[in-house]
Amino acid sequence: MMAAATIACGVEVDPAVLEAQQARIDAIRRATPAAVSIFAGDSGGGSGVLLTRDGYAATNFHVVQAAGPAVTCGLADGRLYDAVLVGVDPTGDLAIVKLLGRDDFPVAEVADSDRVQVGDECFAIGNPFLLGTDLQPSISAGIVSGVHRYQFPAGTILEYTDCIQVDAAINPGNSGGGLFDAVGRLIGINGRASFEKRGRVNVGAGYAISANQLRHFLGALRSGRICDHATLGATVSTAVDGHVVVADILESSDAWRRGLRYDDEIVSLAGRPVRTVNAFKNVLGVLPAGWQVPLVIRRDGRRQDLLVRLQAVHSPAKLAELAAGDAEEGARAGGDKPEVPAAVRDVYDRRAGFANHHFNVVERDRVAAGLAAVRDARPSGPWVLAGTLAAGGEFRIELSDATATIDLPTGTSTLAGDDEFDRQPVPPGSGGLLPALVLWRRLVVEGPAAVGQTIFWGTAPRQPASFTAGAAGELVDVLESAAAGVVARFGVDAAGHVVWIDLWTSPDADPCEVRLTWPDGNTAGGMPSSIDASFGGEPFATFVIDDAAAAEAPR
Amino acid sequence: MIPCRAVVFVGALLIARAVGAATESSPQLVAATAAHSVVKIYGAGGLRGLEAYQSGIILSPDGRIATAMSTVLDSEGIDCVLDDGRRFEATLLGVDPRRELAVLTIDAADLPAAVPAEERAAAGTRVLAVSNMFGVAVGDERASVQRGVIASVVPLKARRGAADAPYTGMVYVLDFTTNNPGSPGGAIVDSRGRLLGMIGKELRSSAGGIWLNYALPVDELLAGCEAIVAGRSVAVPAADTTPFDLGLLGIVLVPDLLDRTPPFVEAVVQGSTGARAGLAADDLLIAVGGRAIGSRAAAEQAVGAIPAGDPLRLSVIRKGTVVDCELGPRPTVAEGRAPQGAAP
Repeated sequence: MMAAATIACGVEVDPAVLEAQQARIDAIRRATPAAVSIFAGDSGGGSGVLLTRDGYAATNFHVVQAAGPAVTCGLADGRLYDAVLVGVDPTGDLAIVKLLGRDDFPVAEVADSDRVQVGDECFAIGNPFLLGTDLQPSISAGIVSGVHRYQFPAGTILEYTDCIQVDAAINPGNSGGGLFDAVGRLIGINGRASFEKRGRVNVGAGYAISANQLRHFLGALRSGRICDHATLGATVSTAVDGHVVVADILESSDAWRRGLRYDDEIVSLAGRPVRTVNAFKNVLGVLPAGWQVPLVIRRDGRRQDLLVRLQAVHSPAKLAELAAGDAEEGARAGGDKPEVPAAVRDVYDRRAGFANHHFNVVERDRVAAGLAAVRDARPSGPWVLAGTLAAGGEFRIELSDATATIDLPTGTSTLAGDDEFDRQPVPPGSGGLLPALVLWRRLVVEGPAAVGQTIFWGTAPRQPASFTAGAAGELVDVLESAAAGVVARFGVDAAGHVVWIDLWTSPDADPCEVRLTWPDGNTAGGMPSSIDASFGGEPFATFVIDDAAAAEAPR
Repeated sequence: MIPCRAVVFVGALLIARAVGAATESSPQLVAATAAHSVVKIYGAGGLRGLEAYQSGIILSPDGRIATAMSTVLDSEGIDCVLDDGRRFEATLLGVDPRRELAVLTIDAADLPAAVPAEERAAAGTRVLAVSNMFGVAVGDERASVQRGVIASVVPLKARRGAADAPYTGMVYVLDFTTNNPGSPGGAIVDSRGRLLGMIGKELRSSAGGIWLNYALPVDELLAGCEAIVAGRSVAVPAADTTPFDLGLLGIVLVPDLLDRTPPFVEAVVQGSTGARAGLAADDLLIAVGGRAIGSRAAAEQAVGAIPAGDPLRLSVIRKGTVVDCELGPRPTVAEGRAPQGAAP
């Protein structure tokens, strides 16, 4: 090895400098192909970053808000692609578009953004001032200036929580583009900067939505839904002793039903310590509405562990209004709807509650294919689940098209297939275990399209209790069915197994919560090894399933 | 008995060396260490584009904090928030009006004091800037860290509004945007985390009018702080809430004897700010900062309402003609009381 390298002009350069330079070149080379320049005609444009080989790309909501259902995207390879709007998160300023025409797009590698530290090298790739008319994105390098920043909604609803602050130049047009770490992995989506008296140009403070927030919302965004953010149903404030305490709480909230009360100290939320009001907002701001998360509180010196279900911040109507924004207003004033360009007509379907319903069908069908893959292992006729209860005694559950029966030591309950399930949350005390199991069988046997109204809801933690420092563990697909007077959500893992069911007989009450445990590898019966049912935070029963019993012919 | 000479508190003791600077460590560790020594300061402001917050540098483990002299400190309650979230009420120990520097004290111990570099840095030095720009950090959140290079070390030629900045000594000119709202009082550190200087107030270049990114070098910073601590500069009693009056600019109005005494100038102190601005006895004051005033009391009130540091313009009638007089930035009460050129 040479002690020092000599470059053309004869200056000796420390090899460490050349190595650092080469590493930076490599990182930029690795990240650039996935960078997207977004052009939206008169509505401006921005940046994006490709996440999947089939063309799903992240950007900011405020980039696509005015653009309507279609944008034109350029990649660094010099080609232009038509892209269609998939889903939006108006509060978190995220959106997903899908580039059309290829199934081998270059993609960004996504890193765990909670590992990002102040002082880390980073760089932004994007289309500042829409300079990328030659489709070559601009790179601006810098360091991470701050992590876990909270940025108030500034005159808009766009709230930046738990964001990454950088001194890499983020200018108008960089919005939606990727923030990358020293080795070229995606750590955030650039979207905001502090501007002041010097005009709308970077002054050393830009902000990126964390990659982990994107990961939490990606499922919901791909569902084509207009996504909403979460609230605990409680507000917090800092007490005199510096603790964060509950200042107000809605009695209709899940948090109230789980036992959260005024003046309770918030110790941690979603596995992350809460020492300030900002920290509380930061944890909450990266979580989608509807998720269940662990909450640790302290009351009278005693610690309590709760599992709470987060509720939506906005009403569906308000959310639709927020998502519509300028494009819709312009259309209303002009008296006609924005034209859907021919290029995206086949992949665009506008419906209430959705940015683009087409992709909900796409995702629902994808999950259906997973369910179908394990269907063959199951009996095609009635299902029989039998075995022992963890609390003692035997059980037998029979599920068929026409009827469902559960035999417990405490008695037998029956449900007719054509009944309104909301009036029969049987067996008594379960909150609706039998309807949940009936809908599960129907979902698996007939497929999601056949069960009432079933949508792809997004993703949610497989184990709601397992959060690490604010970040969710494994996420599973979630289907939501409205059928026979009830609403049920099914968590479906990558193997096609339903791992949990939540069933509501009334929207403002506790659901029946069913957790299914699957044996490793496929078993002859194709049935879970055990099922836990609980209602209102209280365990109802644990069913340990005996495979032999399941294989028996129906009685 | 032999009279004892008073022990003089010398500058060398001012900066504690208790906290070692990071040596040859990662940029992440340097950034974190440097951010420990930067505090968030909250005081007066919040109106007319004047921020109510800025930054400060912990100089000693027992609670001395250097910051920029600004309107933020024109408050009875100045709060300092450390990066562990602890909040202290600060006392203004004194100011150096020439360097626009102030020293605060808080009642604390074992603070992570900044470790100053031995000497002023040269152009080309890679640095980190650590400040609470834009007030992004609150509570236990750390100040923001930026990276750049000292572009040059030159005398400051700057102005605020129409007035020249009082400091004309050497500054670091930086190649990145360091002087943002909330940044004044923040730290410039080297790659080992040693304190190289303090980010100054937001100023524009006298030459081109562009916003400057500059910092007061460590030697000037320490000299100013030592002078303030030694009482060689102007001490401001914490409880002093005396309203500003024109007398502090050397302008003496006629005694306020009537309900609406006409604001005639009775005399102007020789060599004072008022005299330099061209004011003279028998001038009738008719407007302050372009706003008409009708009495002596209204004139004093209008002058007092102009924030310290903002340009002060008086309009008078002299021999039937309106004459505008520019008096430069309105000083604080403390600055007004300081003998001219008394700064060290």
